[in-house]
Amino acid sequence: MAAVGYSEKVLEHFIKPRNVGTIENPDGYGKVGNPVCGDQMEIYIKVEGDRIKDIKFRTFGCGSAIATSSMVTELAKGKHLDEAIKITRSDVASELDGLPPRKMHCSNLAADALHEAIRDYRRKRGEDVKDDTPAKHGSCGNHCH
Amino acid sequence: MVLVSDTEMIYLDHASMMPLDQRVLEFAKEYLVNPGNPSSEHSAGLATRKAIEEAREKVADMINAQNSKSIIFTGSATEANNLAIRGVALRNIKKGKEVVASAIEHISVLNAMKDLQKNGFQFSIIPVDSDGIVDIEALKGILKKGTSVTSIMHANNEIGTIEPIREISEVVHEKESYLHVDATALAGRIPIDVQADNIDLLTLSSNDFYGPQGAGALYVKPGVKIQPVMLGGGQERGLRSGTENLFAIAGMGEAAKIAKSEMENESGRLRNLRDQLIEEILTIDNTHLTGHRTQRLPHHASFRFGGIEGESIQLNMNMFDISVSTGSACSSMTLEPSHVLLAIGLSHEEAHGSMVLTLGRSNTIEQIPRIVQAVKDTTRRLRELSLL
Repeated sequence: MAAVGYSEKVLEHFIKPRNVGTIENPDGYGKVGNPVCGDQMEIYIKVEGDRIKDIKFRTFGCGSAIATSSMVTELAKGKHLDEAIKITRSDVASELDGLPPRKMHCSNLAADALHEAIRDYRRKRGEDVKDDTPAKHGSCGNHCH
Repeated sequence: MVLVSDTEMIYLDHASMMPLDQRVLEFAKEYLVNPGNPSSEHSAGLATRKAIEEAREKVADMINAQNSKSIIFTGSATEANNLAIRGVALRNIKKGKEVVASAIEHISVLNAMKDLQKNGFQFSIIPVDSDGIVDIEALKGILKKGTSVTSIMHANNEIGTIEPIREISEVVHEKESYLHVDATALAGRIPIDVQADNIDLLTLSSNDFYGPQGAGALYVKPGVKIQPVMLGGGQERGLRSGTENLFAIAGMGEAAKIAKSEMENESGRLRNLRDQLIEEILTIDNTHLTGHRTQRLPHHASFRFGGIEGESIQLNMNMFDISVSTGSACSSMTLEPSHVLLAIGLSHEEAHGSMVLTLGRSNTIEQIPRIVQAVKDTTRRLRELSLL
């Protein structure tokens, strides 16, 4: 009995999400979204030799939010930071075989959280970091619509 | 994809949609296949006209209406709400240009009243308390001689709270406003008496007491002036044109008759199940009942869970083959959180964690342990995932 509108892949990531948890003393940390909007997510990364050695997430949100968080950590794990920063919102959605149209906004959050964690890592190392995400926290409108 | 597949589905979303009662199907199915326009003078038409009038009697009887002529059949409760509000406000525009509704009314009532603002009406909202009970003092303050229609639902479908309609009726009539009561959630569960409560307009939904979808009704107290919303050939005394949905109307009547006769026993049975569910689910950490604990629909158990979100709760329960409802923003078409949950004072964040269980004839006491376990497993798992 599949939920209407969700692909098998989304349901699979919902039932068995990958990389759930936290990392103590992470090398990078990103938190995006807002419980007021119903979606908030955090990503922790451990970096070694400029590669994401370990990655964990926690999410407050709907089925899509959980599935996209799980998928983005799976896509990012083991990748070089320069590759991981290129993972986009639509990469996440298409790896999940698509999301229902009104759920697409949830995929935005997952990719944004990853990028934020990478930027955090770079900032900690004193690198000059450009923040070109539409919004980190704050108003629901920016990441939802 | 279902985690547990060797057990049958447990359906706990009766407030969204109910199955058609088998007895109603048996009674009304002939009207699906045997034609006969009730406006025609041949035997086929006469037979269906009789069936409609019998259905009208049964519906009138369920709500203790004095005369069955006061029942107008519509295509849905939403339609009945629109007819009540637009049909009365516009017909009585000289009486006044104010309309009033509680903050927790169904969206069809709120939108119909909002729309009247285009006709120059003023629309005021009555707040409710944290249990969803209408603030009677605020109501007294807002009502004026020019208030045309006041709409307060008999009970709310999202939080289960039953309103003190008799007391509200006295207050509303003191200011000479018409009282519209949307009884969609309560009909068939608790007896209704439109005469004793002095109700002017009452909305009913067929499917909400195991009748066919595609029929609703509006009770209009004799003497209340009303004009149609649906124009055409003049069916239903000119108040709702359109060739009658024979199966749905005949079915609605039979469903009303069955509901009336079984109501006391069935509601008693469901109240017991509801109370057990509430008691056991409230043992879960950071879990709260929404709506009034005792002035509550007998089949309704609604909760909010801190730190997790309603659509994922619904999806997770579905994995256990249990159908539930939620008021969360993510599950709605508009991505807005439930206006009912906000009206009872929940923050946006709190309103997201909602789960609504509404019981029906298919639910049994044997299902309780499985339901409770699924809720516990769901909340535990989602909380492990959550950062809140």
